[in-house]
Amino acid sequence: MRILLIEDDREAAAYLAKALREAGHVPDHAADGDTGAAMAADGGYDVLVVDRMLPKRDGLSLIEELRNRGDHTPALILSALGQVDDRVAGLHAGGDDYLPKPFAFSELLARVEALARRRKPDAAETIFRVGDLELDRLGHTVTRAGQPVPLQPREFRLLEYLMKHAGQVVTRTMLLENVWDYHFDPQTNVIDVHISRLRAKIDRGFGDPHLHTVRGAGYMIK
Amino acid sequence: MTGLGKVVRTTAFKLSAIYIAVFSIFSVFFVLYISYSTNVLLNQQLRETIATELLGLSDQYRVGGLPAVVDVIEQRAHQPGASLYLVTDVSGRILAGNVTEVSSYVLSRSGTEPIVVRYARYSGDVGQRTAMVQVVRLQGGFLLLVGRDIGERDQFRQIVSRALVWALVLMIGLALLSYIFVSRRVLKRIDSLSATSRHIMLGDLSGRLEVTGSGDEFDRLAGALNAMLDRIERLIYGVKDVSDNIAHDLKTPLTRLRNRVEQALGARPDTDGYRAALEATIEESDQLIKTFNALLMIARIEAGSPDGATTEVDAAAIAHDVAELYEPVADVTGIDLVVEAPQPILIEASRELLSQGLANLVDNAIKHGAPADGEARRLRIAISAAREGDTLVLRVADNGPGVPPEDRERVLQRFVRLEKSRSQPGSGLGLSLVAAVARLHHGTIELGDGNPGLVVTMRLPLK
Repeated sequence: MRILLIEDDREAAAYLAKALREAGHVPDHAADGDTGAAMAADGGYDVLVVDRMLPKRDGLSLIEELRNRGDHTPALILSALGQVDDRVAGLHAGGDDYLPKPFAFSELLARVEALARRRKPDAAETIFRVGDLELDRLGHTVTRAGQPVPLQPREFRLLEYLMKHAGQVVTRTMLLENVWDYHFDPQTNVIDVHISRLRAKIDRGFGDPHLHTVRGAGYMIK
Repeated sequence: MTGLGKVVRTTAFKLSAIYIAVFSIFSVFFVLYISYSTNVLLNQQLRETIATELLGLSDQYRVGGLPAVVDVIEQRAHQPGASLYLVTDVSGRILAGNVTEVSSYVLSRSGTEPIVVRYARYSGDVGQRTAMVQVVRLQGGFLLLVGRDIGERDQFRQIVSRALVWALVLMIGLALLSYIFVSRRVLKRIDSLSATSRHIMLGDLSGRLEVTGSGDEFDRLAGALNAMLDRIERLIYGVKDVSDNIAHDLKTPLTRLRNRVEQALGARPDTDGYRAALEATIEESDQLIKTFNALLMIARIEAGSPDGATTEVDAAAIAHDVAELYEPVADVTGIDLVVEAPQPILIEASRELLSQGLANLVDNAIKHGAPADGEARRLRIAISAAREGDTLVLRVADNGPGVPPEDRERVLQRFVRLEKSRSQPGSGLGLSLVAAVARLHHGTIELGDGNPGLVVTMRLPLK
């Protein structure tokens, strides 16, 4: 994936670029808002990673301008502010996701990959399939190897989100935000327990597991 | 000059000037109107008197000729307060009357309309007097003049204009008095308010404006300003508290972190040892970041900037959602988690913050309410959302060890952790955040006794 990283802190940018390269992506770096805007306008990027506070031009107006021009390249906003109303402002300006600093690289990577995937037109798919696991979004049913798997509504939404991002790492915060619509961090490991419950339902008693734990990052359905 | 300019700029001066202008215009108008109407009335009376006498004398002339008229005139002319009479022949020679001198012009103007003229009486008047007279030409060319002295009318006019002058003097006097009253009494209080405010701004945050108890506008203003000062003081001390606590509670983990890295560096190079040290470092810094975030969040909520706009939300649904989030954990760890929120309760609030508040309370109950080793008790946590009149009551109750009454206020403060919970993970910010959320929604938070256990109650006004 080609990723444009617009970040003024050179050390942080160098670290992120190196890590993205190691994860198999092709990152370009712009150190200020004007350069970033020019590079983004040239196009050809799969995802933009934009720091909110940039020299010369701030990240939000940069994204806003792109959107006004009809450019819908997914954009992840990085911010040191990190409060919910800042998030709302960021998403309102046309950002697709919002990550408060400081963050774990695994979190950034998972979100960048999820954004790139979202671009593909399969969002309207009504049936998700991963191996012998099948989820019908309209009928609200899940089957594994043809056998129905009864799920609670929340478990269904959890599985739906994981399957929508099949093959990608999904972090605990992403699950909290997208499945529960919470942006705070519960101190207890509540998400892990939800996952293990779901795992018990879809994987127990069926050969190879589909729901994997990615150490230090999150979960993945594959 | 500057002193005068200062006086002119005061509100008291402006108010007095406006009053004096308004009242002066009003009284001048009033006096002029009265004198005008009186004048009209008096003139009319004079004319009528003159007309009646002329008519009478003309009748006498017709009946008795000139001698009869002269007789009547001689008779009347010498009574006190008599009218003016004059009879002349065609050449203007005075035949009878009590007027010694009158211009021949007047006599030439015989007609129906009376006119105002100057004249002199017989008895050696020095100054000329004024009178309203009317002249008629009798048959045979004689001229008959009848008039009334109008000195009285003019005197009346003088009285009125003197009254006007006095009224103006009185007006200015009253305006001065009101200026003195307003500036002394009223503006002095404003000056004292601004002086106290300046004093407070210079750093004495504990100072408050004087409230006299009279309940007037100034008392209300002072009350409102004092409430504002209370809030500012609380915020400032909040910031001060935070910085004090940061010094203590954030430096400790930072020191720990630094020591660990230093120790790893000092040890013999060893990949496994380095890895363990680095992992521990990341974990410690994650915990620090969480603490920072919680602190910033609380500070932000307390500064009154709500995170995410408030919308109309259903408090019962929020309670159910939070319970649902914790239900698997409760299930796995053997906790009875129940929700009592049968009715939807709509409230204008932040779903995010109310959820986080409830989650913090449930989290606390799980951490601090767990039975001790060997204790035959199952932890029970009850979340409830109920409506009491115009108040939403959100409650999280457990049957754990509870909080002693003397500590209940204290644990709401930042970083306060009770001794026995020091061993548990946590920042000591959970309850502070709940308290801040309650305050943001104009509500209260109260820690009570569940006999046994802790009951935390948030009361938020629905309107």
